[in-house]
Amino acid sequence: MTTSVAKPGWLSPGVILPALWAAVLKLDPRQQVKNPVMFAVYLGSILTTVLGLRALNGSGDEPAGFVLGVSGWLWATVLFANLAEALAEGQGKAQAAALRAARSQVTANRLVDGRTEPVPASALRLGDLVRVVAGEVIPADGEVVEGVASVDESAVTGESAPVVRESGGDRSAVTGGTRVISDWLVVKVTATPGQSFLDRMIAMVEGAKRQKTPNEIALAILLAALTLIFLLVVVTLQPFSAYCADVSGRGRAVSVTVLVALLVCLAPTTIGALLSAIGIAGMNRLSRANVVALSGRAVEAAGDVDVLLLDKTGTITLGNRQANRFVPAEGVAERDLAEAAQLASLADETPEGRSIVVLAKTRYGLRGRDLEQVKPSFVPFTARTRMSGVDLDGHVVRKGAADSVEAHVNGFGGTFPAGVRAVVEGIARAGGTPLVVSRDATVLGVIELKDVVKGGIKERFAELRRMGIRTVMITGDNPLTAAAIAAEAGVDDYLAEATPEAKLALIREYQTGGRLVAMTGDGTNDAPALAQADVAVAMNTGTQAAKEAGNMVDLDSNPTKLIEVVNIGKQLLMTRGALTTFSISNDVAKYFAILPAAFAATYPELRALDLMGLASPASAILAAVIFNAVIIVALVPLALKGVRYRPVGAAQLLRDNLLVYGVGGLVVPFVGIKLIDIMLSALGLA
Amino acid sequence: MTSADLLQLGLYAVALLACVKPLGWYMARVYVGRVPGLEKALGPAEQLVYRLARVDRAAEMTWQRYAAALLGFSFVSVLAVYAVQRLQRVLPLNPEGRPAVSPDSSFNTAVSFATNTNWQGYGGESAMSYFTQMAALTVQNFLSAAAGMAVLVALIRGFARANSPTIGNFWVDLTRGTLYILLPLSLAFALVLTSQGVVQTLSPYQQVRLLEPAADADGNPVTTQAIAVGPAASQVAVKQLGTNGGGFFNANSAHPLENPTPLSNFLQCLAILLIPAALCWTFGEMVGDRRQGWALLAAMTVIFVAMLAVCVWAERRPNPAVAVSGVEQPGGNMEGKETRLGVANTALWATATTAASNGSVNGMHDSFTPLGGLVPLWLMQLGEVVFGGVGSGLYGMLVFAVVAVFLAGLMVGRTPEYLGKKVGAFEVKMASLVVLLPCAMVLVATAAGVLFEDGRKGTANPGPHGFSEILYAASSAANNNGSAFAGLSANTPFYNGLLGVAMLVGRFGVMVPVLALAGSLAARGKVPAGPGTLPTHGPLFVGLLVAVVVVVGALSFFPALALGPVVEHLAAGS
Repeated sequence: MTTSVAKPGWLSPGVILPALWAAVLKLDPRQQVKNPVMFAVYLGSILTTVLGLRALNGSGDEPAGFVLGVSGWLWATVLFANLAEALAEGQGKAQAAALRAARSQVTANRLVDGRTEPVPASALRLGDLVRVVAGEVIPADGEVVEGVASVDESAVTGESAPVVRESGGDRSAVTGGTRVISDWLVVKVTATPGQSFLDRMIAMVEGAKRQKTPNEIALAILLAALTLIFLLVVVTLQPFSAYCADVSGRGRAVSVTVLVALLVCLAPTTIGALLSAIGIAGMNRLSRANVVALSGRAVEAAGDVDVLLLDKTGTITLGNRQANRFVPAEGVAERDLAEAAQLASLADETPEGRSIVVLAKTRYGLRGRDLEQVKPSFVPFTARTRMSGVDLDGHVVRKGAADSVEAHVNGFGGTFPAGVRAVVEGIARAGGTPLVVSRDATVLGVIELKDVVKGGIKERFAELRRMGIRTVMITGDNPLTAAAIAAEAGVDDYLAEATPEAKLALIREYQTGGRLVAMTGDGTNDAPALAQADVAVAMNTGTQAAKEAGNMVDLDSNPTKLIEVVNIGKQLLMTRGALTTFSISNDVAKYFAILPAAFAATYPELRALDLMGLASPASAILAAVIFNAVIIVALVPLALKGVRYRPVGAAQLLRDNLLVYGVGGLVVPFVGIKLIDIMLSALGLA
Repeated sequence: MTSADLLQLGLYAVALLACVKPLGWYMARVYVGRVPGLEKALGPAEQLVYRLARVDRAAEMTWQRYAAALLGFSFVSVLAVYAVQRLQRVLPLNPEGRPAVSPDSSFNTAVSFATNTNWQGYGGESAMSYFTQMAALTVQNFLSAAAGMAVLVALIRGFARANSPTIGNFWVDLTRGTLYILLPLSLAFALVLTSQGVVQTLSPYQQVRLLEPAADADGNPVTTQAIAVGPAASQVAVKQLGTNGGGFFNANSAHPLENPTPLSNFLQCLAILLIPAALCWTFGEMVGDRRQGWALLAAMTVIFVAMLAVCVWAERRPNPAVAVSGVEQPGGNMEGKETRLGVANTALWATATTAASNGSVNGMHDSFTPLGGLVPLWLMQLGEVVFGGVGSGLYGMLVFAVVAVFLAGLMVGRTPEYLGKKVGAFEVKMASLVVLLPCAMVLVATAAGVLFEDGRKGTANPGPHGFSEILYAASSAANNNGSAFAGLSANTPFYNGLLGVAMLVGRFGVMVPVLALAGSLAARGKVPAGPGTLPTHGPLFVGLLVAVVVVVGALSFFPALALGPVVEHLAAGS
């Protein structure tokens, strides 16, 4: 993979110090009200502060030290939640700052009537033409209309090797902020300032445009409902306790301070505090993987993907077909065939042609001979003859598709041997491309060209299958060839002879069946399918049309990056689910700590519920409140890093997570509260 | 627990589970539209109902129209039952000449029967005429039960259908549930009950000579006693089958003329859980995956068996208050229990009647040991989803399943889906309302009970037990159960009004969001299951579902229970 320019860790001082200050600024009620769970804690903090001040004046129902202690830790709870969010945002800001540095103010050479005039980049408008020469920075996103140049895109992608950009085709898109390092380009501006790709990327990582995702909204509703239930539990506990104190003739109603403490402990503050940090951190992980999501929704959707469509060429197989073996006709030596094949391919600059030369060399040590004396006359491939070759020493050597060579040989009065025909059919059936080689009227044999499946790809597909994702290979090949490669690469299905319409139809078909489809693409003809797919990752090397149609852009242009995107999407959901479960399980222990303490005077019998044997009612309540605050800080790293996703079945994943976060959530607070209680009483604080 | 106990409880479980499949299969046929056999006999009656009510049986309803029909129908039901009680003096079949019931009690009873709660502030034989019992109360026993099942069926259709704007037709579901399920079963059951000696007559109360003359409070000799009779069997049958629970007599199924023999006791107890359990199978059948139905039934059974064990264990122990007087209690805590029924059968009934939202009793829950009484109390507070009311229990459990799926789905890293339906923000919102409203109502009603003097003076016992009585009444009303800790004098304007409101919120505050959920689910497409989909039919999911139900119930009511039964138990033990 590549090294990125923007990878600050969350523990670096550049992130932590501003985060601390941001946490304080977030105490603004307009910020707090956005998160109902934490807003409840916020109001509780204010209420207990007022009660504490009144207690100092001697008109409180609990000792001032206790009330202020609770109050202080409630404020800490709010601040810790703010801090978690600020840390996540800080990470994004640091990344954005690095990106912004790339977009330093540049001067553009605008082409007007064939002359260039210098203007600031910010003055460029849609459709302007600019000329960029070696050493200059491309001032805006655009499309190359003239010229070929190598461009350093490391500022955006982190990839240090320069890439070629040229007019026409799929390599014509350039990104503002990247630098031309050789030759020159004329670029047509396709984005107005402030709307460029880099701007959108900065906005995204800064969280300026972060909207809540559907699952986040649903979870927030559930958490608000839980908070409401606990609010009712706590509010009604006041009259309950007053009644009990009345009928038992002992103690008095539970004080407001204790009720607030109970509410804060019961409300799902752990997940409430970390919810937005989890979302921001997810986006950050994505940009650290060098993927820019143009919407948060797409990241979450990535976790749900059922079907993944992949282009064969470049993704599953190496770019081109390669010669794999020579099959001589009856009565022809293999070496003879290899020699003729090599001769016919010497002038063939295509990767296939080169691979034939290379195969002949590696198998028979045949080298390109000094052909100057024999004056060869090379015959290039044409669409009409569908053959290429060489005329040499009066011999006519040709290679090409079977039917073309057959017609060619028949023209010399030769025949096409039945044995060769069988070999040709066999190779085609196995997914290869047969090229027949002839010399004059004789058919010498067949060269087998094969797609070479990328190393390790099969394992990645197996991993996807374990994740529950079906892989579908898209190829323009005929069905026979496609089937053979599909089997070799281990994809679940394939679409052969794919046209843009067929791709679109396939995606729609899957979607009608209720499946979520992801696809990667780079060409303009991929754009309709990308627009239709639920998760569409466009390659950064691709055309502007493809990038506009996708909802994510992979800066590394690595088609299997989708696996990482899926991982990040799943992690996002899992982290929320795990912390919610943990948060709710925690409540059990807190009840056992607080209830006996709250009713110590009214019903001393309830001391039997104090399983932890806490030192005193005051220290029990304080310990629970402190635990509740401290656990937020303890879980910040988990929230930012995310719960690890492993491609095992859903049932096992659930079992493991329930064990860790459900049962763990049940046990941890018993231990934690007891330890804090011991510390409090050792320090003589309560 | 003795071996006789185990034998009786085991027999009960076997009989219940044996009925699940045949009855569940039959009910599924009723709601998908083809009933073998009976349709020939009852089809004309069904058609007649539709003609008279001008119902187009093919017309499908959106969830909003379905809910409007349900609410309108229930409103009319409340009005009708109220009117009959107020006018019973001038209505026929009133041999004892019962006067009009008071306005507040009439309101409470009307709401109670129209919401399938059957909370009874009145005593049946001393307040109601035969006409009121038959034409108002028994009719509601059928219709409110059928309405509960209709809402469940609408929710099931929400899961079963895809991209559909509608969830069925309320009038058709109501009619078919009554005609093909409740009427035939009740008719057969009523006949069996009369064979066991449950009375069924329209003659006036019987005067009998006392074998041993007694004296009244003023010292006058009393030689005769009026034995209350009436059309009991017909009401008792549907009271059990429709999880209604409102007894014909005040003592409910502890009364010898309402529940005379061991067989009648066994069958009545079986009838409590019969339809709620079988509906699980109906659900699995209708959504096309029977394992899903078994999974829900398993979750219900797990909680039920655990609670039953606690209840029997607690009641088998001697009553500490009696033990101090040195009395041997070999049978366990027998206070408030019929000696002819014994501890195991009473504990079983108490657990079943509160697991289901039935509320009939064959012993007095008020006299249970603190922990024994905690079982029925908490089962109601769980939201009546452990079997629960006919229809209402399963739709409640399905809502919990949606919540469990939501949590589980997040934990496996996918947008949660249940039965191929994605659970989104709207579904979570509706599910939250369903969980929240009854909880809130219990807490608020209890708080009102302890805050107001009118509420506090209703308790028969001081201290934690008095608190339990108020908590029990609020839990029973808000969860549409209807059983009572009898110590509370609830037939007062204060409690009649408070509990009436609690019953309305507990019923319709749940039904409307459930229908909204049904509508939203029906409109969604179906996501086919893949290896990344969380299976919702295995033991793991059953365990998670049980945990969600138990944890929500425990967290919501831990403080209240601690102040009632728990402290009472701890104090008695110390």
